[in-house]
Amino acid sequence: MSALDFSFVEWDIFNKFVLKGMLFSFELTIVATVGGIVFGTILALMRLSGNRALELPAIIYVNGMRSVPLVMVILWFFLLIPFLIGRSIGAELSATITFVAFEAAYFSEIMRAGIQSIPRAQVMAGQALGLTYGQNMGLIVLPQAFRNMIPVLLTQTIILFQDTSLVYAIGAYDLLKGFVTAGKIYGRVEEVYILAALVYFAICFGLSTLVRRLQVRIAIIR
Amino acid sequence: MALEWQVFLQDDGGGRTYLEWMFEAWGWTLSVAGSAWVVAMVSGCLMGVLRTLPQDTRLNRWLARLAHGWVELFRNIPVLVQIFLWYFVLPKIFPSMQQVPGFVLVVLGLGFFTSARIAEMLRAGIQAMPRGQRYAAMAVGFTTWQTYRYVLLPIAFRTIWPPLTSESMNLLKNSSVAFAVSIAELTMYAMQVQEETSRGIEVYVVVTALYAVSAFSVNRVMAFFERRLSIPGMVRAADVGAGH
Repeated sequence: MSALDFSFVEWDIFNKFVLKGMLFSFELTIVATVGGIVFGTILALMRLSGNRALELPAIIYVNGMRSVPLVMVILWFFLLIPFLIGRSIGAELSATITFVAFEAAYFSEIMRAGIQSIPRAQVMAGQALGLTYGQNMGLIVLPQAFRNMIPVLLTQTIILFQDTSLVYAIGAYDLLKGFVTAGKIYGRVEEVYILAALVYFAICFGLSTLVRRLQVRIAIIR
Repeated sequence: MALEWQVFLQDDGGGRTYLEWMFEAWGWTLSVAGSAWVVAMVSGCLMGVLRTLPQDTRLNRWLARLAHGWVELFRNIPVLVQIFLWYFVLPKIFPSMQQVPGFVLVVLGLGFFTSARIAEMLRAGIQAMPRGQRYAAMAVGFTTWQTYRYVLLPIAFRTIWPPLTSESMNLLKNSSVAFAVSIAELTMYAMQVQEETSRGIEVYVVVTALYAVSAFSVNRVMAFFERRLSIPGMVRAADVGAGH
């Protein structure tokens, strides 16, 4: 058994290499969650609109995104964006756009299930009161759908946070890359993977524990 | 922009065309995903069952705790980091593992990552069954093994089949992370050929289509078994959950 050497670990390494990547990973997670929920809700409303011209593009988009690995989508956007706008925008921005576009497909499925969980009678009651489609959705259906789906949305966010490590494919500077860079500089390539795993574990385990607690509370209120 | 599909007929410098190489890469993707699926099903089902054992003996309580730890460990670390741990870190700690081919390490990494999700599904599937089923099995004198084999698992597997289908498709897509440790699968192929030929769009289109076709085939195969296994009159729960 050959020993791993963690003697190089200092607070300095965190500040110099890891912090920057960690902040980007958090930023990416938050932007992709918010953007994904906004666009995902729009996609879900399109699919439930009953209008074929709106349904079809949404179905194609969502199923298309969901049948391709995230790594391939990251590579696609990284290749296509400079091609379309004529200049390079950098791996970080490219990753952010990719994640919003990709996660929207997944969030739309969650929101669709949430909207469908609201009894039809509520929509009809809204219509009977003379609410417009927008009022009916914005005031009655979506708030409840969103609330019902909070645990699933948060679980998806945790998965999303784990998936941010895949920006490795285009070399964006995220949490994992921060550790890998430090490992290369200190010549401790293997050790930093363990540190990275510990940090990811601590964050994801903490968040999923929070989600479980929240789930219990929401269940009681309902 | 002019697409040049002839790129696939070019020689890759090693005596084979890019097309031939692509089919080899597809084969690697399918064998990584297929082998990892077997690992995931075996270990995932075992852990899922362990978590639901009756908590009447000290051994069972320990087994349940072990399975819980397993699930949390493999669920809360990104799959890419897990692949790195298997491929780089474990052989460094245990030099005897340096003889193990990279393919096997990646399969174990992907398989155990997925096993945590399968274990959770199966646990939920078993716990969703009315408690009376288990008690009835005990009342007619079934051993724990028989209770699971003849009463709990046959129904639980049917309940979890839809989410298991999505998870199997996820596994196929997740096999793309093997590119990071130079397994010659489709994503690795796409990156490499785009670099060598600068014909990224053509290559990505085909590779993306292959992934979509593969994922769809998995879906159809699972749907076939779902129909064959369904019990007439039994309604299944909708498949709603997070995933990627």
